[in-house]
Amino acid sequence: MGLLSRKATCNSHGQDSSYFLGWQEYERNPYDEVENPQGIIQMGLAENQLSFDLLESWLAKNPDAASFRRDGQSIFKELALFQDYHGLPAFKNALVDFMSEIRGNKVKFDPSHVVLTAGATSANETLMFCLAEQGDAFLLPTPYYPGFDRDLKWRTGVEIVPIQCTSSNRFQITAAALEEAYQEAQRKNLRVKGVLVTNPSNPLGTTMTRDELDLLVNFITDKEIHLISDEIYSGTVFSSPAFVSIMEVLKDRNLGKTEVWERVHIVYSLSKDLGLPGFRVGAIYSNDPIVVAAATKMSSFGLVSSQTQYLLSAMLSDKKFTKEYIAKNHKRLQKQRSKLVAGLGKAGIGCLESNAGLFCWVDMRHLLSSDTFEAEMELWKRIVYDVKLNISPGSSCHCSEPGWFRVCFANMPEDTLKLAMQRLKSFVGSIAVNDRSHQELKNSRRKFRTKWVFRLSFQSFHDREQDER
Amino acid sequence: MVAISKIATGNGHGENSPYFDGWKAYEANPFHPTDRPDGVIQMGLAENQLCFSLIKKWVMQHPEASLCSVEGVDRFKETALFQDYHGMPEFRQAVAKFMGKVRGDRVKFDPDRIVMSGGATGAHEMVAFCLADPGEAFLVPTPYYPGFDRDLRWRTGVQLVPVVCESWNNFKITRNALEAAYEKATEANLRVKGLLITNPSNPLGTILDRETLRSVVKFIDEKNIHLIGDEIYAATVFMEPEFVSISEIIEEVECNRDLIHIVYSLSKDMGFPGFRVGIVYSYNDAVVSCARKMSSFGLVSSQTQHLIASMLSDDEFVDSFIAESKDQLSKRHKYFTWNLSQVGIGSLKSNAGLFIWMDLRKLLKEKTFEAEMDLWRVIINEVKLNVSPGSSFHCNEPGWFRVCFANMDDHTMEVALSRIRTFMLKHNDAMVPRKLCRRSSLKLSFSQRRDDLMSPSIMSPHSPIPQSPLVRART
Repeated sequence: MGLLSRKATCNSHGQDSSYFLGWQEYERNPYDEVENPQGIIQMGLAENQLSFDLLESWLAKNPDAASFRRDGQSIFKELALFQDYHGLPAFKNALVDFMSEIRGNKVKFDPSHVVLTAGATSANETLMFCLAEQGDAFLLPTPYYPGFDRDLKWRTGVEIVPIQCTSSNRFQITAAALEEAYQEAQRKNLRVKGVLVTNPSNPLGTTMTRDELDLLVNFITDKEIHLISDEIYSGTVFSSPAFVSIMEVLKDRNLGKTEVWERVHIVYSLSKDLGLPGFRVGAIYSNDPIVVAAATKMSSFGLVSSQTQYLLSAMLSDKKFTKEYIAKNHKRLQKQRSKLVAGLGKAGIGCLESNAGLFCWVDMRHLLSSDTFEAEMELWKRIVYDVKLNISPGSSCHCSEPGWFRVCFANMPEDTLKLAMQRLKSFVGSIAVNDRSHQELKNSRRKFRTKWVFRLSFQSFHDREQDER
Repeated sequence: MVAISKIATGNGHGENSPYFDGWKAYEANPFHPTDRPDGVIQMGLAENQLCFSLIKKWVMQHPEASLCSVEGVDRFKETALFQDYHGMPEFRQAVAKFMGKVRGDRVKFDPDRIVMSGGATGAHEMVAFCLADPGEAFLVPTPYYPGFDRDLRWRTGVQLVPVVCESWNNFKITRNALEAAYEKATEANLRVKGLLITNPSNPLGTILDRETLRSVVKFIDEKNIHLIGDEIYAATVFMEPEFVSISEIIEEVECNRDLIHIVYSLSKDMGFPGFRVGIVYSYNDAVVSCARKMSSFGLVSSQTQHLIASMLSDDEFVDSFIAESKDQLSKRHKYFTWNLSQVGIGSLKSNAGLFIWMDLRKLLKEKTFEAEMDLWRVIINEVKLNVSPGSSFHCNEPGWFRVCFANMDDHTMEVALSRIRTFMLKHNDAMVPRKLCRRSSLKLSFSQRRDDLMSPSIMSPHSPIPQSPLVRART
């Protein structure tokens, strides 16, 4: 007889996955420029650390916001007592303005449709509780954020059925893949309640095309199901094509106030765009008043601290600041990404062309000993333990093809990134060396290496050409 | 058309109960000393507002605790990035120390057993998810906090079975009552997974004596079920007898410690409900591990962890706060209950909490819950006090009301008391010719608006009704 619940004793929390294990390895031996220069460099954590100076300077100029003061007067008591699950109106107003600004003001959001939650983790779980029953399913395009296995399934009992995407078309969602996933769910006797997409994508770092978005709208209309668009990286779109939000598509297709309008829900957060994961600021945006009402009540289980709501309402209401932040943040992300891509290139490694996110989707298929997930794991272990870089293997993101890895770039200073790339280059070089016998190497070392690097460069260049088409 | 979930469309959130609308009555006409002196006074909200000046002073003297001040800004980045579900070590250490102090340092708490949650609300739900499967049950002594119906059941599918406590013995939890509840559950084919006690009690304001606690621990140990001790009012014990925590009892009584869990929060003891600081403290390693992973769904904002860590590691401040808070609560409680007794209103003898369990049984037309609701409507609409009827706490006997006293200033307390005096004088006048006109009770003195379906809220603090000017300021 079990003393604890089934949820407590199963492993649906997903923490046995390699995504988390690599993290643990890093915790044991973390890189530090001074204290531990041989340690593991964390490239598995999608954090935005590039723009803290902007936040810090705003704080220095606006001390009231974090010191529980408004116009010089203490509002500590009011904040300490404020626990209304509708949230601080000033904060919700500022939040929707910020969301609009990120979308180039092409869409407007209504603050009364916003439900605040303790991070996107809570927002996603709450939406599952609102939209699905135990045993229902949501379709998710692969590869996807490993945390979804916990957030969407663990305590809710909801299932995930993958929409298989492949490198043949940049991992874009196709009508065929959607339909196949739907059928797969039917075969498993699962009732499909909706589709959940992450746009911009984690782990791909790409924004969805208008065609893909139209496809999704058609699909959910046809199947009469929900669409959740996790847009937590919307503020990290640093180059073209510009971000197109699902709301924009609905608006452009004049679907406002129709049935499908009420079946589209957005998840947002300030963890990635503003780099504040510790503050636990998430949001659900829904056009269905029943969902808003239910989610609002559920948010009692994970409200945003009033102290944090107040600080951020002040920050995000400062339009001069938000404009400057968004612009500078984009530039820095773009620059850092270029450095990563260049460094990878020097090691003969290519990656998926991307215009958003805090990471790249890196192609190491050519480094696999065989086209299998076992080989991917082998390679990953070498990269974590020998090269001392914590990166995330594609299998942990449920990628259908072995050999892809998510590599984060925005959570470290330029020097650390440089070092990481040097380590990678040496590693790739050493693979080349070890593949041949020592004798052969003595004679053909230079020739081989050049050929190898050339072939890799050509391959990744070729891929890029296809992407841009 | 594929609908949304049953959880979303059902009533498990508990807010459709008739008891919810009292908040609306208050919101429609909230008392304000100058703007709305005839408004409804909020006495249905268990908040601790008596010690804010002390806390405010500390906050102003310690700008680095607010993190983003000039003094604290170098900690900003690492704090903003800190999302480790283990929680900041300094936060856990400070909370563990505080919990120890509140129990007179008679027990020590291990910071590594402290798990964060989204307030006590989040903590309770999380514990239910860890300990029980859908369809299984917890026993809960009545009367109990109405929010439990939502927190323990709504999304978890867990059931609650009442352990009926009665006024004849001051609502003590008896072994018989525990056994009866257990049997009832078994007969209904419900597997009992645990017993949840709130100590100090909400709504009673009393603490469990040592004997009862031992009996409770023996009971759960025998039945091999969990014991969840909600101790969120621990620091509000303002008078003898001294608070005895479950953490102390398990040092005295043999039991399986894997069954023992404590829910804590800073919402009541410190008066910080807005900061959402909930804690699950379990003696069971597997529960700590599972709860920690689940805490991802309701972590405490690192900005708040930093503030609390700073505040609660200041021993001098903590000691003076605990003492001051007790003193203020004691004074207010004494003043309130004495004035009530002067007009013939009694309440359960209590030494803790932010409320009293008021005895208005003799004011009921008849011993029914309908009569209780009638009386309650009079209190809301005529006396203009938002109080909470005992039926909303699942009390088995009509006529009891929970009345909060710590969420207002002295002036408001005076106004509330004068209204009560007026009401009771009128009532006593009306009651005098009782032998001649039996029915000349409340009906004569007050018109009751039968079409008025207003009901008081017993609800969780997370009501839809904003009370703070922070919310009213919509521009």
